[in-house]
Amino acid sequence: MNKLRELAVWLDDRLHLTALYASTAGHEVPSSAGSWFYVFGSATLLCFVLQVITGTCLAFVYVPSTNEAFTSLEYLNHAQFWGWYLRAVHYWGSNFMVFIMTLHMIQVFLFGAYKYPRELTWVSGVVLLLLTLGLAFTGQVMRFDQDAYWGLSIGASVTGRVPLIGGQLVHLLLAGPIIAGETLSRFFTLHVFILPGLVIALVSTHLRLVLTKGINEYPKPGVPVRRSTYDAEYAEILRKEGVPFVPHAVGKDLLFSAFTIVAILACALFFGPKGPMGVPNPTLINTNPRPDFYFLSIFAALALLPDWMEVLVLFVAPAILIGLLFALPFIAGTGEKSYRRRPVAVLSVIFIMLVIGTLTYMGETSPWSPRMYAWSGSPVPLKYVTKRTPLEIHGALVFQNKQCRNCHSLGNEGGLRGPALDNVATRLTADEMVRQVIQGGGNMPAYGKKLTPAEVEALVAFMRTLRPQNERGVQPSDKPLNKLPRDVARSGPLLAKRER
Amino acid sequence: MNKGNSTGDTTRQEDTGKQNTLDPTRRNWLFAAGMALNVAAGALIAIPIIGFVFSSFVEKKDPRNWISLGNLEDFPEKSTRIATYRNPFTRPWDGQTANIPCWVRRASGQEFQIFAINCTHLGCPVRWFQESGLFMCPCHGGAFYEDGSRAAGPPPRGLYQYDHKVESGQLWVKGGEMPTLSNPV
Repeated sequence: MNKLRELAVWLDDRLHLTALYASTAGHEVPSSAGSWFYVFGSATLLCFVLQVITGTCLAFVYVPSTNEAFTSLEYLNHAQFWGWYLRAVHYWGSNFMVFIMTLHMIQVFLFGAYKYPRELTWVSGVVLLLLTLGLAFTGQVMRFDQDAYWGLSIGASVTGRVPLIGGQLVHLLLAGPIIAGETLSRFFTLHVFILPGLVIALVSTHLRLVLTKGINEYPKPGVPVRRSTYDAEYAEILRKEGVPFVPHAVGKDLLFSAFTIVAILACALFFGPKGPMGVPNPTLINTNPRPDFYFLSIFAALALLPDWMEVLVLFVAPAILIGLLFALPFIAGTGEKSYRRRPVAVLSVIFIMLVIGTLTYMGETSPWSPRMYAWSGSPVPLKYVTKRTPLEIHGALVFQNKQCRNCHSLGNEGGLRGPALDNVATRLTADEMVRQVIQGGGNMPAYGKKLTPAEVEALVAFMRTLRPQNERGVQPSDKPLNKLPRDVARSGPLLAKRER
Repeated sequence: MNKGNSTGDTTRQEDTGKQNTLDPTRRNWLFAAGMALNVAAGALIAIPIIGFVFSSFVEKKDPRNWISLGNLEDFPEKSTRIATYRNPFTRPWDGQTANIPCWVRRASGQEFQIFAINCTHLGCPVRWFQESGLFMCPCHGGAFYEDGSRAAGPPPRGLYQYDHKVESGQLWVKGGEMPTLSNPV
C-alpha cells in the first residue's frame, strides 16, 4: 500500500495532477448551477466525443473516392462486423448533437449567460454552432449517394449566386469545375480534419472561458448585471455557496449524458443507419433530392421565396443573423438575466423555433414539388367519371395525359403545387378556365401550344363537372366585374388589367 | 535589465539570482533574426500551400471540351431525349459521377438545343414530360417549356444551354463545367 501511495505522490510531483484537478474539474461553481437546465453543454460535448470515436472507426473502412465511396458504405452496412451499427450511431449522434446544441444555445440565451463577463464564451459558442452545421453538411456528403450528389449540386448552385466571385467559389467548393473525383476528397478533408480540428480548438477555448469567467449562476429575476459590480457579486456567490464542480454539481450532467448516449444507441439500434440510398450516378435523374433535417428549413424557404428575395435570403439574411448572434453579448451585455423579465427574448425564441419547425415540416412534405408519377399512377376518382358525357370523359383523359395531375390533386391524390381542382367549377367560369389553361399564369405554365382546341374544350367540359353534386358551377353573371377569383387575380397584371 | 555585463555585474546577478551569460544586444539580435527567419520560412511554405488550396482562383484554363453525343439519327426530329457523355474534366477515380446527363432537343433538321440537366434554381435534375411539353424539377417545383424558357416556379431564368455543333454526322456538346448562375456555360 505504501508503495502505491509513493507512486501516486511521485506521479503527482511530476505531473501536478492535484493542481490540474483543482483548477479544472474541481473548480468552484455556484451551487445553483447544478440545475437540470445546465446539462446540455456537457451532453453536446459528449456527443462530439462519440462522433470522433465512431467517425474514426468508420474511417478505418470508408474509402473517400467517388468511385468507391458508395461500395464502401454498402460494405460497412452489410459486411463489416458492427459496421451498420457504428454508421447508425454516427448518424444518430449527429442528429442528437445538433439538437442538444440547440437546446444548450436556447438555455444560455434565456438565462442571460452570454452577458458580461461571458461575452467570449458566447462568441466561441456561435463559432461552434457554425462549425457543427458545417460538419453536418459535409457529413451528409460523406454518405455519397444520390442525395449527396444533388446536395453538392444545390450547394454549388447556391454558391454560384454569390456576386462577382461566385464562379471561382464554385470551383473552390467542388475542387474543380464540376462534381468529380476531387470533390469528395475535399469534403472528406473538411469533415475529418479541418472542421473537427477547429471544433477541438474552439471547445478548448469555450471550456477555458468557462473556467476563467465561471459558470453562470441561476439567474434571479430583478437582479440585473452591472459591469461595475458583477465580478464582486459573483465572487460573493462563490464564497457563500460555491461548490466544486466535481463531484457536487456534476451529478445531473452525468445522468443526462448517460441518458443521451443510451438514447443515441437505442435510436441507432431501432432505426439503423441512414442510406446510402441510390448510387451517386448523375444520369439516374428520377430522384427527389432532400437534405438531412437540419437543412430542410432552408430548403423549404428556398421554395417559398419569390426569386427577387433569394439572394437576400441566401446571403444577406444569414450574414445579418450570424452578425447579430456575434454582436448579442456586446449590444445586450448587461441588465436582466432571467427570462422571466425578458419577454422579447422569450418571444424571439418561440418565434424562431416556430419558423424553423414549420419550414422543416414543409421541407419534409414539400407541397410545392410536382408529384412526378401522379399522372400515370393515380387514376381520376371513379365518382368524377361516372355518368359523364363522352366529351367530359375525354376531358378527364386529357387532364390525366397532360400531367395536370402532377400539380393539381383530385380526391386528395396528386401534386399540391397548384390548387386542388375538386371544386374548381365553383370558382372559375368556363371562359376563365380556357384562359387559365391556355395562357397559364399564377405559377402555372401556359398550355396553349400543347393542347389542341378540341382538347381544351374537352378539358374544360370535364373541369366544369368538378363541383359538389348539389351545387351548380359558377357563371359569368355570378362574378362582379372588378372582383376576380384568386386563381385569375394571381396570373399577373396583363390579365388583371384586361379583366377590369 | 543588465547592461554591458560582459564585464560581469555580479551584484545584479545576485539580485535576480539568474546568470545571464549572453550579451543582451547579441540576445536581442538572435531573437530578431530568429523571428525574421521564421517569418520568411513561414512565407515560403505558405505560398505553395495557399496556391495549392486556392488553385481554382489561379488556373484559368477552360475545362470545357467537345464531346460527341452520338449520331444525328439517335435524335429524331421534334423530340427531346436524354443523352449522357463522359465528363472531359476527369480524374481516374471519378467512377460513375463523371457520366453527365443532358437533354437534347431536335426542333427540326439541324436545329438542336442541348439543355443542362441542372435546374437554374438550385441545380436539381429536371425531368422531361413529353405529353405536356414541360421540364419539371423535383426540388422546388420549377417548370420550363420545351424550348428551355422558364414556365413557372422559382427558377430565375430558362434552362442552361450547352454550346453544340454538328460535325461528321454527329452531335457534339461542349461540356466539362457545372452550369451555375455565375457560370451559365
